[in-house]
Amino acid sequence: MQNNWDIQVRQISKSYQKVKALEGISFEVASGELFGLIGPDGAGKTTLFRILTTLLLADQGEASVQGNDVVAHYKTIRRSVGYMPGRFSLYHDLTVEENLRFFATIFGTTIEENYHLIKDIYAQIEPFKKRRAGNLSGGMKQKLALSCALIHKPKVLFLDEPTTGVDPVSRKEFWEMLKKLQEKGITILVSTPYMDEAALCDRIALIQGGKILSIDTPKAIQSQFPRKLYALSAHNRYLLLEALKSYENTKSAFPFGAFVHYSDQKDSADLDVLKTYLESKGLQDIHIVETVPSIEDTFMELVP
Amino acid sequence: MKTVFYIVRKEFKQIFRNRGMLPIIFVMPMIQLLVLSNAATYEIKNITLGVVDHDRTSTSRALVNHFAASSYFKLQPHFEATNAAQTAMQEGNVSVVLEIPRNFERAIGKEQQAALGVTIDAIDGAAAGVEQVYITQIIQRFDRDLQRNTPWKLSTLKPVETIETIPLFWYNETLNYKTFMVPGILVLLVTMIGLFLSGMNIVREKELGTLEQINVTPIKKSQFIVGKLFPFWILGLVVLSIGLIIARWVFQVPILGSLLTLYLFTTIYLLVVLGIGLLISNFTETQQQAMFIAWFFAVVFILMSGLFTPIESMPQWAQYLTYLNPVKYFVEVMRMVLLKGASMVDILPQLGKTFAYAVVVNGLATWSYRKTQ
Repeated sequence: MQNNWDIQVRQISKSYQKVKALEGISFEVASGELFGLIGPDGAGKTTLFRILTTLLLADQGEASVQGNDVVAHYKTIRRSVGYMPGRFSLYHDLTVEENLRFFATIFGTTIEENYHLIKDIYAQIEPFKKRRAGNLSGGMKQKLALSCALIHKPKVLFLDEPTTGVDPVSRKEFWEMLKKLQEKGITILVSTPYMDEAALCDRIALIQGGKILSIDTPKAIQSQFPRKLYALSAHNRYLLLEALKSYENTKSAFPFGAFVHYSDQKDSADLDVLKTYLESKGLQDIHIVETVPSIEDTFMELVP
Repeated sequence: MKTVFYIVRKEFKQIFRNRGMLPIIFVMPMIQLLVLSNAATYEIKNITLGVVDHDRTSTSRALVNHFAASSYFKLQPHFEATNAAQTAMQEGNVSVVLEIPRNFERAIGKEQQAALGVTIDAIDGAAAGVEQVYITQIIQRFDRDLQRNTPWKLSTLKPVETIETIPLFWYNETLNYKTFMVPGILVLLVTMIGLFLSGMNIVREKELGTLEQINVTPIKKSQFIVGKLFPFWILGLVVLSIGLIIARWVFQVPILGSLLTLYLFTTIYLLVVLGIGLLISNFTETQQQAMFIAWFFAVVFILMSGLFTPIESMPQWAQYLTYLNPVKYFVEVMRMVLLKGASMVDILPQLGKTFAYAVVVNGLATWSYRKTQ
């Protein structure tokens, strides 16, 4: 069966004893797409990855990767996908090169054959190829793991929280690498708890408590925010937040970086009234500006 | 086949890189064999003997001298009263108290019989049993000497009929316990290496998360299992070889049977042990859990193997249980081949049972090893 979807997920549910990890998840990822699963810890992202990489059986629903059912044709899937688990799971006591060579050989290929695919990434850790994987830094471990997941030239790549615990510079580099891989025609499903990374995906699914809140392009998701949004600052952010939470016209108020993001029950707020109210609460240096909603704002809005 | 080779190669690399593991695999068995073989003895020497002699005659002194002459007993200064001897035993200063009653000599002379009080510290039951045998032997010898020295009684009264038994110990003429224990301890070492290493190994991959990575590859489960266990199978045979060399050259244990027979049995036996290890690792999540369960099995198997206590002296139900103990068969075969020179035909029953065991255990292990949950 030929279609444009590389990953299809239909009504997938999975429970661990009484905890529902996934409830009726459905989405599709197009061939060559960079698709992001965005959600906080415990949203069910890893469970979904484990189902799609044939490590876990779903309770209900079906899923396929490149038209192969995850249950019936798991062997075909295992040959054609690359998986990078959230936890570093290569051999600590083997060197960088030995790890890579091992994963190449068990897929029946060699490092040389697919070197072009990993060149950009592997070149950065190649000077340390005689070093044991356990002694690498976090960013280097992640590059090695990605190299190992790519060495057999997979058509679909599953990356479970690849940037968690990685410094901002390495994170940025990593996303640039993903973009390059995408250009080589690899379909990528990536999960992350960082909302700022979501904007780099073609499409994203916001996931929370085992349910998908919304699926769309990052731009469209941002525009889903229904009201005007304001960024507020004052001399004390904590007091500001407390004051806003007890304000009668408040629809939402939550901390966002150095600011507090606020939206009014009315479509656009009466800023003078708001400022007067805050001053009456003893706040000083009050600044209020309208701001463009981010994915995080939309996410917070959508969370029930 | 190629895949198995790659896994085996990776496994050996990891084993030889593990600085903590390597000594455990190669040095510990040698040390254990050298130390345990000297320590695990049934012979008891230097038993502290306290004497309370109420009689103080030449006969009572002769009896005490019999004990003093024996290399097993170490005579303590005489106690004046029973109480003092009891206190000494309470404090652990003597393990045997011999109390010779007043009129001991006269009773022997008159009635041809006399009573002796012997108290044995039975904190260690096995030792107490052995001590009792020694004491009985010495008193019997004393009795014989006494009769020989007073022939007038023998000739005038009644002829004493004594049946003397002269035991012959086959396959171990001097009853050298090392000849007997070393092959047994060798079994123990091969078993522990196989069981612990294989049990911990796959769990380790679970713990590190590498198993998950492996599972998303086209490796078949049979390839993975064979690749994982093969190195330990080799290591088991290496440990056996080192052990045999020590047994032969350090302890002079005779090797009467064919080594080929022994190695053939060991190869099959190792399959059983590795299979149990694999089974353990399938049902555990961490190395600690695997270690505890492996210890449980190892202790039960070893104590019920006939290595330290004869199976014949166990209660009937326990004897039935030992049929399920692979270590028992290996201990039997090891002793039969080394000491008796048993051939392949002689060990066929043990070989057959062990082979069946290997098939069942590995079947269960492979079946319970799941790549998908």
